Amino acid sequence: MSKDLSEVIGRVIPAPENFLSPEKLEQARKARRSFMGKALAMGAGVAASAGAATRAMAADGEEAILKLPEHSTGLGQAVAMEDGYGKPSKWETNLRRRQSPGLTRVDQASVSFTPLQGLFGIITPSGLHFERHHQGWWDIDPSKHRLMINGLVKRQRVFTMDDLMRLPSVSRIHFIECGANSATEWGNVAVPTVQYTHGMVSCSEFTGVLLSTLLEMCGYDKKAAKYVLAEGADGSSMTRTIDIERAMDDCIVAWAMNGEMLRPENGYPLRLVVPGIQGVSWVKYLRRIEVGDQKYATKDEAVHYIDHMPDGTHRQYTGIQECKSVITTPSAGQTLLDKGYYNVTGLAWSGRGSIKRVDVSVDGGRNWRTARLEGPIVPKAMTRFNIDWVWDGKPAILQARAVDSTGYVQPKINQLRAVRGTKSVYHQNAIQSWLVSENGEVSNVQVY
Amino acid sequence: MKSIFKLSTKAVVVSAALSALTIGSALAQSAPWHNMGRDATPAEVKAWDIDVRPDFKGLPAGAGSVSQGEAVWEVKCASCHGSFGESNEVFTPIIGGTTKDDIKNGRVKGLEEGKSISPQKTTIMKVATVSTIWDYINRAMPWNAPKTLTTNEVYGVTAYLLSLAEVVPADFTLTDKNIAEVQKRMPNRNGMVFYEPLWKANGKGDVKNVACMKDCSVDPKVHSFLPDFARDAHGNIQEQNRVIGPVRGADTTKPAPKGLVGSSAAAPVVVAARTASGGADAKGMLNTNACTACHGLKSKIVGPGFNEISAKYKGRADAETYLEGKIKSGGSGVWGAVPMPAQDQLSAADAKTIAKWIVEGAK
Repeated sequence: MSKDLSEVIGRVIPAPENFLSPEKLEQARKARRSFMGKALAMGAGVAASAGAATRAMAADGEEAILKLPEHSTGLGQAVAMEDGYGKPSKWETNLRRRQSPGLTRVDQASVSFTPLQGLFGIITPSGLHFERHHQGWWDIDPSKHRLMINGLVKRQRVFTMDDLMRLPSVSRIHFIECGANSATEWGNVAVPTVQYTHGMVSCSEFTGVLLSTLLEMCGYDKKAAKYVLAEGADGSSMTRTIDIERAMDDCIVAWAMNGEMLRPENGYPLRLVVPGIQGVSWVKYLRRIEVGDQKYATKDEAVHYIDHMPDGTHRQYTGIQECKSVITTPSAGQTLLDKGYYNVTGLAWSGRGSIKRVDVSVDGGRNWRTARLEGPIVPKAMTRFNIDWVWDGKPAILQARAVDSTGYVQPKINQLRAVRGTKSVYHQNAIQSWLVSENGEVSNVQVY
Repeated sequence: MKSIFKLSTKAVVVSAALSALTIGSALAQSAPWHNMGRDATPAEVKAWDIDVRPDFKGLPAGAGSVSQGEAVWEVKCASCHGSFGESNEVFTPIIGGTTKDDIKNGRVKGLEEGKSISPQKTTIMKVATVSTIWDYINRAMPWNAPKTLTTNEVYGVTAYLLSLAEVVPADFTLTDKNIAEVQKRMPNRNGMVFYEPLWKANGKGDVKNVACMKDCSVDPKVHSFLPDFARDAHGNIQEQNRVIGPVRGADTTKPAPKGLVGSSAAAPVVVAARTASGGADAKGMLNTNACTACHGLKSKIVGPGFNEISAKYKGRADAETYLEGKIKSGGSGVWGAVPMPAQDQLSAADAKTIAKWIVEGAK
């Protein structure tokens, strides 16, 4: 049965325009739905109702093939259009960063979400990288931007962009996830698509100089230094504490993202990359690194980005983005057009290392199969997974569950709540459930 | 050193790098790039090193009274935060939800499950360190003109907020000398926990799951789902998905279909690119200058709706000039007690554009 389904379904079999009466069409459709009328469907064909005009086809074949389109018979456009910087196809404008209505009052202190539902592979196109601004974004003149390193160092130094970009650089792929990604789902289902549940995560190749190189150049005090403070040059002058071990490990003072300079809304000309740690620590418009011996308790580590626990305490400095995954297609808000074969695909990531395995369930977590991981599998970066699924038309609950290189297994939402309650806003990394209904619509649900 | 001079350049670098593994700053001294950049001058460090730590390292000397702070607050802060720090219109409330007992115990009771006495968690309920308040006001406030308050004004505004929370009395003057004493009265000073496993890269998580593969125990009930009335709360999802491929976005302008939609959903729906927010027109300016945070196009938020302003001054001969002036310099009393802050960042030309747009009907 499932073999037949995968052969027959999901393909449009066009008919000559007006070849079938509406009644016949309905009959053919019903027959096809019941899997009994394969012969009728194959023989007579089923015209897509809304697409009928464009799919109209003569008896000897489809118009899209037989009648050569303008782009095959005319002259195309010139090089270096669009002021020399290419844009996506006009057919792709549906996939864009979007705000969640009502989430914030002011656009300068808001979020726009990455449309994960339509992306491929692991690299987020720079124009679709999620945004989170605390006091609006700027497009800073790079020739006037400076990075200062001060505090517990032998030489308090100032670097121009010229200086920084002459230094030995690294290029590394890392995910960046806002600590509040999936926050709306702590208590119950609140938003309709994966763009809004998980769209505050992106993954890019970043290029810059290792922070350790700069700290060595400044002769940081190896005995006394315990933390660094990273500070931005924008109005909020975002400040975050980072421990010295991490600062000396894999943090990058980055100027480039995906082969070009950072986009202004992502911190042009300089941002800190703190692999595995929530996005708020990836300070944009980075102007200063202070080496110190105590934590700083800045506003965004003393009022926000703290985890409200059931006993009324707050956990402070919980920056790790733990192992997480989500199915991006099919996902909530999408509609399966028909029964049959689907390539279920999604993303997994861990702030503690690399993705070891992703399992997928289509029955709400009762049974699991291990998905194929696509390369490259990079530590603290997104990993793309795929798995085959033949939908039989019955309700199904799709879930993905990631395991990282430390052996940590992504938890269920009820397991997360049992430890951390429901008052927290941050660090929600639970298994996400998508319900596929009989009408093919996929929706956001919570199951335990 | 003499022997090193005999080696090739490459060997010198390798040798230096190797020794760096064992000898601290040898790399910095020996790396060919170690002199990149320049020393920061004391004045430069002073200009940028503005952070204030919980132990008050970095706090400049100064003083500000509650009443001095209140005066600044009314002009520069109240429009977004409310006269008493209670506002949730534009930003989350700062003050509220704490008690005298909390001040005594250093733990805010209202943060415990089911014990809250305020509709929302406020800043003062959460923040444990008074340095955080001082530092943030100093570096990032007022929102549209950060870093423009004087040191004494920051002390004053901090004192005013603390007086609203009854941490300090109404006649208090906050200074660098007494701020450590004030710290001992912060309502949630004992409410923070440092949980190291979620700070260190090699920590172990606090939530455990096992990777069961077959016949796993599940609760078959769907515990939460979106109600039907929320179907289009995020717009038409069809327009937020690709027009080709294995799936389509659901058409949320219509009720859920009874059966499979089949290939009929294949009709391409491509939304024309949204006009970029911002720009040279009046509406763009409203957005880039955050005017719409307080003024709705057709409704009052904190201040009057633009339609209301337009209606009020309809027919007044000098309406455009009058509104241009009000936009630039702010004011209060016309529409209510909450003052509108001056919009110094707006050029005269931009203020004129917005005024003209309002006079012409704010459409």
